[in-house]
Amino acid sequence: MTSYVEVVALSLWLQTTRRLTPDHLLPFQQTALPREDRSMYHKEKSIQVKNSASALYNNLGVLRIAPRHLTYFTVVHANVVNMVSASWDGLNYSHRQLQSKEPNVATSTSLIMQAAFCPLPSRDLLVVTSQKGIQMYESDGSIMVYWHALDTPETPTAQAVFSRGISAVRESYICVGVSSGAILVFDVPSKGSNITLSEVLKEHKESITDMAPECSGSQECIADLVSADDGGNLCVWKSGEDFQLLNNIPGFDISCPSVKLWKGTVVAGYGTGQIRLYEAVTGILHAEINAHARWIYSLDIAPFSGLLLSAAEDSLVRVWHLTMTPETNSVEVVHLHNECVTDTQICGAKFCDGDGYAFAVTGYDLSEIIRYTQS
Amino acid sequence: MIMAFKYQVLLCPRPKDLLLITYNHIDTIREFVKDTPVVGNKVDETHRKIIETYSSLPEGEFQLLRQTLLIFFQDMHIRVSLFLKNQLQNPNGRFSLSTSGPVPYGMDVPGLIRTFDRKGREVRRSEFPTGGSYTSPIRKGCFELHGDRVIRLGMNMYTVNHPEETHTSKAHSVKTDDTPNLLAKEELNLLARLMGSMKADDMPKTETGFQINLFPTDQEEEEEAETSSGAEEPLFGVINIQAMQDEQAATQLAQIVGQFAEGEEQPENLSSSKGDDLLAMMDDL
Repeated sequence: MTSYVEVVALSLWLQTTRRLTPDHLLPFQQTALPREDRSMYHKEKSIQVKNSASALYNNLGVLRIAPRHLTYFTVVHANVVNMVSASWDGLNYSHRQLQSKEPNVATSTSLIMQAAFCPLPSRDLLVVTSQKGIQMYESDGSIMVYWHALDTPETPTAQAVFSRGISAVRESYICVGVSSGAILVFDVPSKGSNITLSEVLKEHKESITDMAPECSGSQECIADLVSADDGGNLCVWKSGEDFQLLNNIPGFDISCPSVKLWKGTVVAGYGTGQIRLYEAVTGILHAEINAHARWIYSLDIAPFSGLLLSAAEDSLVRVWHLTMTPETNSVEVVHLHNECVTDTQICGAKFCDGDGYAFAVTGYDLSEIIRYTQS
Repeated sequence: MIMAFKYQVLLCPRPKDLLLITYNHIDTIREFVKDTPVVGNKVDETHRKIIETYSSLPEGEFQLLRQTLLIFFQDMHIRVSLFLKNQLQNPNGRFSLSTSGPVPYGMDVPGLIRTFDRKGREVRRSEFPTGGSYTSPIRKGCFELHGDRVIRLGMNMYTVNHPEETHTSKAHSVKTDDTPNLLAKEELNLLARLMGSMKADDMPKTETGFQINLFPTDQEEEEEAETSSGAEEPLFGVINIQAMQDEQAATQLAQIVGQFAEGEEQPENLSSSKGDDLLAMMDDL
């Protein structure tokens, strides 16, 4: 009888401390890190969108226009991008729709795979990737400044052809992935539409799923860009006139739909619901999280605070905190918060600001952008 | 039909399980045509072709296939009574997605954070609350021509057991008044009399009539019969309807028909006196 009581007491103790501590524990102190708070965020008024969101990876674009107190949101629905411009006081919403483009055809049925904002020092562009090609618009969606057609074979093959994976890199590059695994590097001038294809990077053997730039703002980081593909392989690049491959982190035949790069750390979400943190240049695994019970569709990082947002088909959005310890060159992950979007397979989740004070979520078949703000 | 298709594609646990759902369909078709070997061979041939074409497709491409199908189903929220009854669909037309149960095969149960040192050794484990209650995956489904597919999606929805449904109906019987509704009994008797006009001669000896199941499923009835065999009063009141030809009722009906035939002259008299009656009524006013 007494041993039973001891077992119960031990399990209660373990539950309260919430970790199993091995003997050789390194001296990390958890007291300095933020603790989990169930009421950390609360739901705000949703933004209604003209169509429902399609089930696509990273299906939410957010651009904060501080001088005009506006935030732009983009949500993809089949062959259309729904754009909403929301004023910060919550009083004004204006909507716009962008169609995918097909040469010589009035209305296009070409499916859009992704729409994302590319903030560059000189200008912000909105890039839309589809089955036929790549369109680049001014950030408010008013004018299309560039169109690049994909090489489609003359006779249709069983292999799907599309572009997916969008990232602005450093001062003047926009990189876009293709279903063949190639990455197109575009050189973007500070003004005008004289955008040129500068390079084609051929390293990935499978379709590109997502790409991300180093977002900490630090100039010390060597790696500028990370790209991910359907096999879970990650490539780390240094930008320049000729992009240089710094590292190739192999995958495990599990698709990596969403990837981020922050302070030299790659944060990758996989179809197994796992999130892995790697040191970009060396490929050393820092941490592994069994985060979700279904396919992860979206990751985002708030660069000023180190908050990480993950969203999956299991209806859950999770907020984490990342801490880098430069002395030991290690990364610490702490779970902070969960939000359940009932009966919804989430397809997009992004922070609305660099501190992670607010975030927005889209779900398959939902015609709204759900917003959450810190309490 | 289209909502069932949407349901199966949406709730598919892993993209590759679309194949397992397809194989469930094919298994059922094979069962239907098992008495016709020629058709059965065609089904097997189709199955082999599917295995040949899709077995080697990577998971990422299956997901793309599923995403493209989901675009087709977007914005369809037709309410299906079977789904509503089994609580698979909400009244607003959206399917209910559970945050509990086994995770798909090949996935880990969420809740664990593992941290490693530079040499790859695990240095710390911590757990976090998942907001759901997940369990380990069930065994892997079979992707061959024959075998246990494991997942239930794609199987006959009308025969799948739903234990939750039985519990709710039991709760209802506790809450409601136990006194039988006399009108209900009369209504059922009327139904019996109407059906009693059917000739029972042509029916084979083995079939003594037919059963009407107004609410519970067949399975529930069987379970109910098993559990209440020892009890004094069954949980559901069972009213036996004899739907065979009732001789007495038939003769009564014949008599009534005869009365109408005799009274053919009366309507004429009635019509002539109708006018007088009407005048009398108006005089009274």
